[in-house]
Amino acid sequence: MHSAPDDVFKALADPTRRALLERLLREGELNVRALTEQSGVSQPAVSKHLGVLRQAGLVLERPQGRVVHYRAEPKGFAPLTDWMRFYAVFWEERMDRLENLLKRMDQ
Amino acid sequence: MTTADATTTRAVVVERRVPHSLDKVWRALTQGPLLESWLMANDFQPVVGHRFTFRMPPMEGWNGVTDCEVLSVAPQRELSYTWNASGEEAATGIRTVVTWTLEAEAGGVLVRMEQSGFRPQDKRNEMGAKYGWERNLGQLEAVVAGMQ
Repeated sequence: MHSAPDDVFKALADPTRRALLERLLREGELNVRALTEQSGVSQPAVSKHLGVLRQAGLVLERPQGRVVHYRAEPKGFAPLTDWMRFYAVFWEERMDRLENLLKRMDQ
Repeated sequence: MTTADATTTRAVVVERRVPHSLDKVWRALTQGPLLESWLMANDFQPVVGHRFTFRMPPMEGWNGVTDCEVLSVAPQRELSYTWNASGEEAATGIRTVVTWTLEAEAGGVLVRMEQSGFRPQDKRNEMGAKYGWERNLGQLEAVVAGMQ
């Protein structure tokens, strides 16, 4: 497997997105307005973050009229539970570090 | 993707072309302190049969220690070692082989890493359950930080 950019890791790399996900895990289903409160960022920004989380499979949406409700999708964490996917990301990151070291070494 | 046993195991392959000499890349792969600076703390020696460990801080579902044994050493060409779960996780954890292959090319080296031997059952325990995540988002942060 040549590791494509890992959506789950990317989605979780952002602290605002982690905070949003944490609230959904804790409080269940919430809409964008409720999520924007306490988030410290604008509603469009929250919507954008939710889009990334949804793309990564970590969040599910349920439209109800004009309001969209969001909830966490625990199954979305599956990529983190698979050792092979863990190492695919791990080795890409370590290869970056190897390249940086080679640049710093003499000769 | 490469398979050692097509029916049961799979491999992770990562390749990089680097504009450096074979000698330099080989040293980065085989000298303990250099290896530590980009991979992990270790007591590696490039001697066939040498047993050693790679060590990371423990995280949820993993004690952070990898048990290894050097399988082959062909200077500036190929290096391989086992890469296995350790301690209480040894019996059920991963049993893989990491093989480094270096190939001289115009202007540099093609570095290839293959970690083979992943089985379908090689899942990390205790992760993924909703309740685990509610309790462990702090550790999630540590995992993600380690990936960047």
